[in-house]
This record gives sequence, structure tokens and C-alpha cells, in this order.
Amino acid sequence: MVLKALEISKSIMLSTCRLTQKALHFLCKSHISKHCGVGDSVLSAFRSICGEDGVSLGEAVREQHGKDESVHRCRPPDVVVFPRCVEEVSALAKVCHKHRLPIIPFGTGTGLEGGVGAMKGGVCFSLRNMEQVLDLHPEDFDVTVEPGVTRKTLNAYLRDTGLWFPVDPGADASLCGMAATSASGTNAVRYGTMRENVINLEVVLADGSVVHTAGKGRRPRKTSAGYNLTNLFVGSEGTLGIITKTTLRLYGIPEAMVSAVCSFPSVQAAVDSTVQTLQAGVPIARIEFLDDVMIDACNRFSSLSYPVTPTLFLEFHGSEQSLEEQVSVCVSTEDITQSNGGSDFQWARDTETRNRLWKARHDAWYAALALRPGCKAYSTDVCVPLSRLPQIIVETKEDLIENRLTGPIAGHVGDGNFHCLMVVDPNDPEEMHRVHLFTERLARRALAMDGTCTGEHGVGLGKRALLCEEMGPVGIQVMQSLKDALDPNNLMNPGKILQREEP
Amino acid sequence: MSGRVLVGVKRVIDYAVKIRVKPDNTGVVTDGVKHSMNPFCEIAVEEAVKLKEKKLIKEVVAVSCGPQQSQETIRTALAMGADRGIHVDVSGKDYENLGPLQVSKILAALAKQEDAQLILLGKQAIDDDCNQTGQMTAALLDWPQGTFASEVSLEGDKINLVREIDGGLEHIKINTPAVITADLRLNTPRYATLPNIMKAKKKKIVTVKPADLGVDVTSRLEVLKVEEPPQRQAGMKVETVEDLVVKLKEAGRV
Repeated sequence: MVLKALEISKSIMLSTCRLTQKALHFLCKSHISKHCGVGDSVLSAFRSICGEDGVSLGEAVREQHGKDESVHRCRPPDVVVFPRCVEEVSALAKVCHKHRLPIIPFGTGTGLEGGVGAMKGGVCFSLRNMEQVLDLHPEDFDVTVEPGVTRKTLNAYLRDTGLWFPVDPGADASLCGMAATSASGTNAVRYGTMRENVINLEVVLADGSVVHTAGKGRRPRKTSAGYNLTNLFVGSEGTLGIITKTTLRLYGIPEAMVSAVCSFPSVQAAVDSTVQTLQAGVPIARIEFLDDVMIDACNRFSSLSYPVTPTLFLEFHGSEQSLEEQVSVCVSTEDITQSNGGSDFQWARDTETRNRLWKARHDAWYAALALRPGCKAYSTDVCVPLSRLPQIIVETKEDLIENRLTGPIAGHVGDGNFHCLMVVDPNDPEEMHRVHLFTERLARRALAMDGTCTGEHGVGLGKRALLCEEMGPVGIQVMQSLKDALDPNNLMNPGKILQREEP
Repeated sequence: MSGRVLVGVKRVIDYAVKIRVKPDNTGVVTDGVKHSMNPFCEIAVEEAVKLKEKKLIKEVVAVSCGPQQSQETIRTALAMGADRGIHVDVSGKDYENLGPLQVSKILAALAKQEDAQLILLGKQAIDDDCNQTGQMTAALLDWPQGTFASEVSLEGDKINLVREIDGGLEHIKINTPAVITADLRLNTPRYATLPNIMKAKKKKIVTVKPADLGVDVTSRLEVLKVEEPPQRQAGMKVETVEDLVVKLKEAGRV
């Protein structure tokens, strides 16, 4: 009872006086050693590496670190550690390696595929205390950051330099976490995803050794030196190593930006317009699709009044002159859209109007949730070649309507990627089942169209079987061989990406 | 009218930095810490540049008082669209003791020297939170002041201003020349873009000393001590309401 009452969290530990702390630890240790797979000697080793405050057994802290923003249930680790530098990460990993303890790296916990669940318990490495922006080279357009730095923090830091990091997933995620999941955002159509924008990584491997994937401190704009280790770890979702530094490619902040909204009579018309705009060679920066259900949700949530039909949100970046040019090639885009039955463009030039326009899109997740309060949301994430996009979205909408599912669609159609935000009652197993079957049909539809089951969210827990279908047995075997080479004891985030035959 | 606007910009510790108090309690740690333009000064610069783009004023002059590094802050203002800069060189002990009274004397002197029609400042700096410089400058010049401005529009030789005050929004009309201080919702400052940063390198920054303006920067204030707020104490969970009442009585709260 006393132990339950003394729910130990990091902040309480910090401010409790020494004597009480020692007493708490004594009580805690004897309580915990009955429950978790992490013995006292290991905990002492952890404490001697990252300090008394750097190790937490508290239930609340462990639960916080056992879930992300997906629908997967919480799988708390046995203990959470908070290293402050790569040397501590390496030392902690060595201890885990010696005792065969699973290691789960944790950035901001904003993932969407259950990547941080500790399926077999173990040690969660929360990297939030490593939060420095290191080595900014504005003249070389690169910067190195630690895992605690999020994308918004970095862009605020860079604002006086005229540079920015354009990859912008919905959440304010850790940049190293974004590297781990190969994240992408609304700007990918012009600036690429993490795969194109990570120059170097510092990674701690399962045995504690530290590798620099492009060589220590190196940041050439391009290289052909040896195997591409950097992109091996990008997207590895913590299953091959813990990313402790990432060197990123920066871009000049666009001189000018102009956004526009265009409504269409049908999904086909909207998506056809997207494909034609890209084929016309317009270097568009953002082209986002919202279907009628999504626009309706956004109207209600953000008190807007867009027409409730399929809609495109577009944005152009460039110098004032190049914008004039893009927009007039875009009067040919306007031609394109008008010939598809699209409305006139509603333009937004100044910052405030543009921000209001995009806020509607960025709040899509919350707007979808607000459609059915009390429900949870699951986002699908398929991506197909552009030419197949109209067909897959139309077929998907028919599937949704036929199966009475709430699934507003929002997507980065410029990449052939779209999300159905499935709003589902977690207490209704029948509906959960229908949603599950729908998402599998959708993934297989995408695979049949030469696409992928996950454009940007990663495989995590829920898409391991689909990955096998997507890659085929030989591809999976190659992945498994790499995993076995780097992590023979399967300590790094077990249960993610690859399915393993349980003995 | 000269059509010239003076904008004051202050170099402060960046808003995202975790502030630490120096071990000797004389101030906060500034060495090696990221500094940038005070956010309210950014809003002031943006408003000035917007006025110039609307052709309502002719020239934007950015002013900063401080050591050599203050020139970086002026360069940021130039990259946002200011035309030239004036760096009032104050360093060492004088800089540590520099406060609104001295800065307002400097700004008043510069306003006369530059024949300024308008002075735009941020409503306050995020390091000292004084919220005094604009008001003092107006008093020294005997000019009208529009503080906490959330909307500014020029109408002939008068200015229509909306002020954000505790009770709501206040609409006033003041004569020029005047001092305006910018509040948060006045505008969204633009980012400095690479081409503009390049162009800014060629714009002129002139350095002057307070003495050249006839201003004495001796401070009338002395900082005695700087300390952190008290640490948050641990809470305690109890099982029942009875326990809660017992504990509250023990702590003398009931």
C-alpha cells in the first residue's frame, strides 16, 4: 500500500530529499525485483551510468514510455533509463547486451505504428535529455542534432540563418525518431523524405559499439564510399541500433510562398488534376487532398466554410518571379483544374492567411476524432505510383461506403500517398474487426498496384505480415540476415518490422 | 515629413534556451548561450517593413544598443527589410547595467538626429520584462504613445491604433510623430531568407557611442541578487479521505 501510494516518478525523485530517496529506493527495489525481469545488480549498473535520477521504475513513467499515438495497446518496459550523452547510451547498451535485455529506443513517442511497445519487456532508452543542436554549418546547409531535438525546435533555432528543415510530419517529432521511421511530410513532393535528407548518423549498436554511418563528423553532399549504412538505419525503427545523432540536409527558406484551395465535383477530378499538374512539370511544394468527409470534419472542427466536396490544398515556393511563373504555368494548372471541373482557386499570399489555410489540414487528425467523440483513430498509409492514384482512391471510397466505415481521407497525393483516418469505437469489437479487414484490403489493393503498404509511418507492429507480402520471401530473408548480423540476440526493439518464429 | 521610422531591436537570450543562474547569483549564464532578436522587436521590424512596402513610409532604420554582437541583431533586421542600421556601442559593465531609462534617452537623441517620424519598439524584452522603454522614450520626446498595439494604420498625419488592454481592445487616434510598441498579435514576422541575408550584408551599419549623443549611461539601479525560483516540492498520495484530512491537519492547513 505504502509503495503504491509513493508512485515514484522522475520529477518526484528529483525533488525528494536524499534520505527519503534512499528509503524509497530500498522499498522500491524489494518491490520491483519480484516483478520485472531486470535484477537489482543491473539497476545499480544503470544508476551508476546515468545517475539516480536517470533510472525510473515508476509505473506511470513506464506506461508513458510503452505507447505512442497509435491504437496499439500500451506495452510498458520494465525500466526506463534517461542517458545524457552517447557514452552513457553505449555503456547502458553494453549492460543490456551482457544480460540479454531488450532495448527500446524512445524519442517523442509520437509514432503511429506501435513502434515503442516493449513486447518482451526490457529497457526503454528515453533519449529526451540529449537535446542539443550541434555543429550548424549554414554555408554548407547541414546541421547535426541529438535525439531530443524536435523538428519545430530545430526550425525555430535556424530561423535567423535563412535555412529550414522541410520534412514535416504531423507531429512535432524527434528528428532522430523521424530518421528511425523514415518519416515524410506534406513537403515531400518537392523536398523529399528523411531518406533523401539524412547525411550521416551516429548509432549505438546492440553490443554498445558506436558507429558513424558515413564516418565520424563527415558531411559531404554526396558520397560513394562503401555500403550505404546511413540509409540502412533510416527506417530501421530501432531494430538495428539506437540513433544518437543525425546530420541533416538543410534548405533555404523559400523567399515567397503562396497557397491555394480548389474544390472539385469528384474524387476522380481532384486526383486527375494532381497527376496532370505534376506531369506538367510544375515544381509544386505541397499538394494535399481532402475528401468530402474530411472537409466536412474540418469545417466543423475549425469553424470554416469550405464547400463539402473533394478538395485540393496547394502551395508554391520560390522567388517572387518564379512564383509568378509557377502560378501562370498554373493558370495552366488552373486550366488543368478547370478542365476537370474544379472551382476557381482561392489564393492565400500573406503569412496569416496561409497559416489559417493550412491549419485546417494540420488539424485533420483532431477533426476526424471530433466526428465521433470517445472513439480512437487509426491512420492507413498506402502509397502507389501516381498513375494508379485515381483508381485506388475511388475504389477505397467505395469500400468505405459499402462497409459503413468512418474514414475521412487526407493525403499527400503529390507522392501518391494518402491516409484514411479510420475513426473507430475501441469498445466495439465488430467494428474494430471490419476496420482491420478494410485496412488489409486497402494494403493489398496498393500492393497489387505496384505500391507499398506504408508510405511514411513504418511497419512497427501491425504491418509485419504485409511487409512479407510486399517484399516477398527473398527480400525478407535478406532483411533478416542483416538483422541477424547486427543484432544476433534480437535485443533491439524485438517484435517490430520482422516477424520471428517464436521457439 | 521625413518618412523615416526608427525601430529598436534588442539582442536577448533566445526564447527556447533553458535559463541558468550563475553560481555567484549575480545574473544568468550568457556565455556560449544562443542569442537572438527579442520576439517583440521582430514584430516591430515586421510592422515597419510592412509600412514601407505599402509606401506609407520611406526608410526603416534599425537601432540596437549593446556590444559588438548587437550588430548581428541589426543584420537580422536588415535581412527582414530594414534599410540601414545604427549600432550604439555599449559594452562591459555599462552593458550589464543598461536599462530602459538609458536606452530611451539614446532613442530620443537618435530620433531627433535622424528626424524620425515614428519610433517602433517591441512592447517589452523577454529578458527583463520591463515594458518601459517605449513609454519613457515618448515622455522624453513629448510625443504621443500607442503601446500594446495589435493594429496600426496610418491616416494622413495621424495614426489609428488598436491597443490590447486588460479590459479588451482600445481604439485610439494619435498624432505623429509618435512612439508605438508592438504586442504579440500585431503581425507574424517574416523569416530572413538567404537572398535577403546576402543583400543585408551590403547594407550600412554605423557605430556611435552614447557620449556622441550626449547620453550618460550610468545606471541608477543596482542588481543585488539573482536566484532561481524555489524547487517544486514532491507531492504525496494518500489512500483515503480520512488520511487526507489527517495530513492536512498535520501540515496546519485545516
